[in-house]
Amino acid sequence: MGAYAVFWREMIILKRRLFRILASYAVSPLLFLIAFGWGMGRNLQVEGVDYLTFMIPGLIALSSMSQTFSIAMDINISRFYWMTFEEFQTAPISSVSVVLGEVFSGMVRGTLASFVILFLAFCFGVKLGVNGMLLFSVLLNTFMFGSAAVITSMVVKSHADQASFNGFFIVPMSFLCGTFFPLSRLPDWAYFMAQVLPLTHASSCIRAAALGINIPLISLMIMIIYSALFFLVAIACVKRASI
Amino acid sequence: MCPAHGPVILTERMTKLYGDITAVDNLNLEVVEGEVFGFLGPNGAGKTTTCRILTTLTKPSSGRAFVSGFDVVTEPVKAKRGIGVVTQYQNLDGELTAYENLKLHGMLYGMEGKERKGRIAKLLQYVELEDRSSSRVSTFSGGMKRRLMIARALLHQPKVLFLDEPTVGLDAQTRRNIWALIRKINQEGATVFLTTHYIEEAEMLCDRVGIIDQGILIALDDPEQLLKVAGNIVVETLSDDGPRAKFFQNRDEASEFAASSNEDVIVRKSNLEDVFIQLTGRRVAD
Repeated sequence: MGAYAVFWREMIILKRRLFRILASYAVSPLLFLIAFGWGMGRNLQVEGVDYLTFMIPGLIALSSMSQTFSIAMDINISRFYWMTFEEFQTAPISSVSVVLGEVFSGMVRGTLASFVILFLAFCFGVKLGVNGMLLFSVLLNTFMFGSAAVITSMVVKSHADQASFNGFFIVPMSFLCGTFFPLSRLPDWAYFMAQVLPLTHASSCIRAAALGINIPLISLMIMIIYSALFFLVAIACVKRASI
Repeated sequence: MCPAHGPVILTERMTKLYGDITAVDNLNLEVVEGEVFGFLGPNGAGKTTTCRILTTLTKPSSGRAFVSGFDVVTEPVKAKRGIGVVTQYQNLDGELTAYENLKLHGMLYGMEGKERKGRIAKLLQYVELEDRSSSRVSTFSGGMKRRLMIARALLHQPKVLFLDEPTVGLDAQTRRNIWALIRKINQEGATVFLTTHYIEEAEMLCDRVGIIDQGILIALDDPEQLLKVAGNIVVETLSDDGPRAKFFQNRDEASEFAASSNEDVIVRKSNLEDVFIQLTGRRVAD
């Protein structure tokens, strides 16, 4: 019930801004599609498929991550500017409920963002396999980054710090995790570093699912481990932020 | 007051440190059921910190605190059930309507649909906001927001209502409305714990007043008793280095002194500000 209350609040806000939000979900993927897909990659073949087909699953991974993660800024603002987060903190609900409610709301956003990209891909004439495994990979990715978002919003003390966190972690990950180019082109040291980052595994799972090939099980395992870890840490952080 | 039920709020040597600063220093406090307890002191005295600890928003550094019998640190969820909180800053959800704010609150406190609807309607009427039920809170005036915050805090029928500076930033008329509302809430059975730096607010509303300064509770009694100890009548002498106050237990002594003075004097009833000045040598507003 507590988790549902938190989720319900976030969904009302989402519903009120739905058109604006959906439009904003379309903007940067559209720019990427035009610049890299049409502009540069029209006749490019990457890993046996044309570049647009290669890039769109990467865009899904990237966009579902960043739109899910955007709840961090919202929580941050509700903690330090509107003070509305205190309503959750003084309520007789557990930290688990707060984390679940927030993470689910992030998952809704990330999943919506993924559907926006699938729609754009359809408009660009790219055929991708929309299947259960794709949906599962997206949901896992959004759960993982939703939990990470809750952690940062609890640890960070101001809006400015939240913004720099995005700049230092989220933006680099967007480009270095197999979203726009295959990691095999990186030098060894960079390749291994990329393997540590969670988005790398999300993009390989999402791409495999979309192209209808076997999901790399190791990546799936790593995502599950990261998800569990982030979720537990998020609960501890919410607990510490109140009592 | 019903001591048989034990104190609704109890603190034992409760201390809160922020680095080198002691915000609350060894506070021992008992608030009994049914009373309006006021915490009076200047800004930064430790009133809000005390409120935040008692409402489970901050942990004490040492000592213990209980609300309706539950330790706020070890059993926070149980303690929270019996608490209604009105913070000194507005923390309503501006993007939600008045009704949605209350609905969210009811859901967070596990209230079921029908009961919740009934309580919301009742409370919106109680704070005279029933015709603004579906307006967004961001369009509300300060007084309306304050009233809605009080309605929200009462929705789940708490045992204790915490009001941190309930009338700060409100105009005189709105303030009086809020005071009437607080009195009504108390008469209907809720214990009220309020903090204030307004002398008249403490005098008007509180059954007992604790005076806190620099984290230390320096006096605790009912307002009349506090005034009696200080002296009921004050004679203020206006000299070049500011007003000096002398306290008397009755009118005759005071007028005798006033008549014998060569300087301009003001004779008046004492107030809690005088008590504070006697105890600390400073004004509450300093």
